[in-house]
Amino acid sequence: MTRWVALALALLALVTVPLWIVNGYYVNIVSQILIYAVLALGLNVLVGYAGLVSLGHAGLFGVACYAAAWLVAGGWGHLPAALLALGVIIATSAVFAVLSLRATGIGFLMITLAIGQILWGLAYRWIGLTGGDNGINVPSRPAPFGLSLALSRPFYFFVLIVFLAAVAAMAVFIRSPFGASLKGTRDQPRRMTALGYNVWLIRFLAFLFSGFWSGVAGLLFCYYNQFVSPNVLALSSSAEALLMVISGGTGTLLGPIAGATLVVIMKNVASAYIERWNFLLGAIFVAIVIFMPEGLVPGSVRLWRWSWSLLRRPRAGAALRVGGGRTG
Amino acid sequence: MSLWLLLAVNSVTLGGLLFLLSAGFSLIFGLMRIPNLTHGSFFMLGAYLGASFLALGLNLWLAALASAAAMAVIGGGIERLLLRRLVGQELAQVLVTLGLSFMIADFCLMQWGGDPIPIDTPAGLRGALPILIITFPTYRLVIVIIAVVVAAALWVMLERTRLGAMIRAGVDDAPMARVTGIRVSRLFTIVFCLGAALAGFAGVIGGPILSVYPGLDADMLPLALIVVILGGTGSLLGALLGSFIIGFLYNFGQALFPELAYIILFLPMLLILLVRPQGLFGRHAP
Repeated sequence: MTRWVALALALLALVTVPLWIVNGYYVNIVSQILIYAVLALGLNVLVGYAGLVSLGHAGLFGVACYAAAWLVAGGWGHLPAALLALGVIIATSAVFAVLSLRATGIGFLMITLAIGQILWGLAYRWIGLTGGDNGINVPSRPAPFGLSLALSRPFYFFVLIVFLAAVAAMAVFIRSPFGASLKGTRDQPRRMTALGYNVWLIRFLAFLFSGFWSGVAGLLFCYYNQFVSPNVLALSSSAEALLMVISGGTGTLLGPIAGATLVVIMKNVASAYIERWNFLLGAIFVAIVIFMPEGLVPGSVRLWRWSWSLLRRPRAGAALRVGGGRTG
Repeated sequence: MSLWLLLAVNSVTLGGLLFLLSAGFSLIFGLMRIPNLTHGSFFMLGAYLGASFLALGLNLWLAALASAAAMAVIGGGIERLLLRRLVGQELAQVLVTLGLSFMIADFCLMQWGGDPIPIDTPAGLRGALPILIITFPTYRLVIVIIAVVVAAALWVMLERTRLGAMIRAGVDDAPMARVTGIRVSRLFTIVFCLGAALAGFAGVIGGPILSVYPGLDADMLPLALIVVILGGTGSLLGALLGSFIIGFLYNFGQALFPELAYIILFLPMLLILLVRPQGLFGRHAP
């Protein structure tokens, strides 16, 4: 019951954001958070539920970005451009998956890193197609059903709808039998094979699902920024996306959203005061991996339960029992 | 000298530098089973430290040695204080090295600014030597000689000393090496110090050719990664051969197909990972 109340409150807060945030700049920041949350949710399918850590997801995000920008800049309408870009991203994800799913663990991480770097190299060097460092300008935002998204508030609602669709899709996905079998391949791949599941196919489909939502986030980013440059595909972008998932808590629905919020706020708001964003990014990364390996959401829950138990039964034994839960 | 010969000379030089960088990377990868994503940062930080030592009045070789010593301390510190906490969690270790690489890159930018810092070629080595049909710039020749000497020294260390035998045992089967009483965790620290020192040293002596600039780390790390994947982790011969292959691919790729240079570089790595994951000379897949 409290769960539903909390959900309704969160939804209400999200819908009314443009009312109580007066400054359009901050509405844009919330839009950014939601866009990156979609990317983090997509990446979390692999990192959290499949146990496959990808360091190349900025590549998928970027390919969708470039595909849409290139088509729109070339005179296509927004709807066909978006549909074609989604087709491109599914095809790219399929190739990406076939290559990288030859391995798991560190091998998977390195193959995705290599493919990510190839895509970045293409965007950076294939100047005839991508404009190189100059990037591609997107002349306009789409106008679904004739509603203009040029201003920050209408655009925010557009992003919010897509974000809610992504959250709903994830919630359904996790609870589905397919989600359960994916978690099975993460925990016990050999047993799953013995039970007759096609582990490779399950991972492949999960990769497509993950790539699709990363691409959707890329599309949103393309409309948000109205400009694409090779920076979008850089290794640091992949690392940022991974940080969102890991900092929030892998394998949870709320974690990637919290992580995206943290990273985007730090990046935009904090970098207005501190000059060194990348140093901070690296430091948080290291600190979270070492001290809170399960992520901020489960980590805070653990700390909260632990301090609560201290209050109720101020004995060391209780603290040890509750605190000795799951560690990464 | 024709373009082809010039490219070949540059390729051999880059190969030598890459070997110095990737020998340590390969040993760390072979022993600890993790790609050390701070290795490019070690190269860059070493080069920046060397530039500062040069500004203090040391000559290039002393600066390179001082920088190597400093990097050994830093590398050892990272291994002891951070990676040691995550024993057995390879993914977490990789992520820590990734986070550290961001921190080091930003620290260098903060400390030395965004402008490239040139490093002068030592006075006596600015000319060129005629060798058979080509004139080889003296300094580049010296780099290749250093790389060969270091390769020989590492080979002797690995194949002919007790420490080397212990490292080989650790690379082949770390749990079994532990059972026989080898303190593998101490080997981790030694190899990490050695790798960081070699990377820092390479950064300084590569300075006159590459100069030092922000982003040097991101340029070198993928090259080291490709070399080691190609050659096989933990294999010295693989690192040597891989370095020269990548040296040639990089220079010729840049000159002939500038638009596709990165694909030419990463394609062999991808092919190796797909077809022969243990690399050309490696004993086991990463």
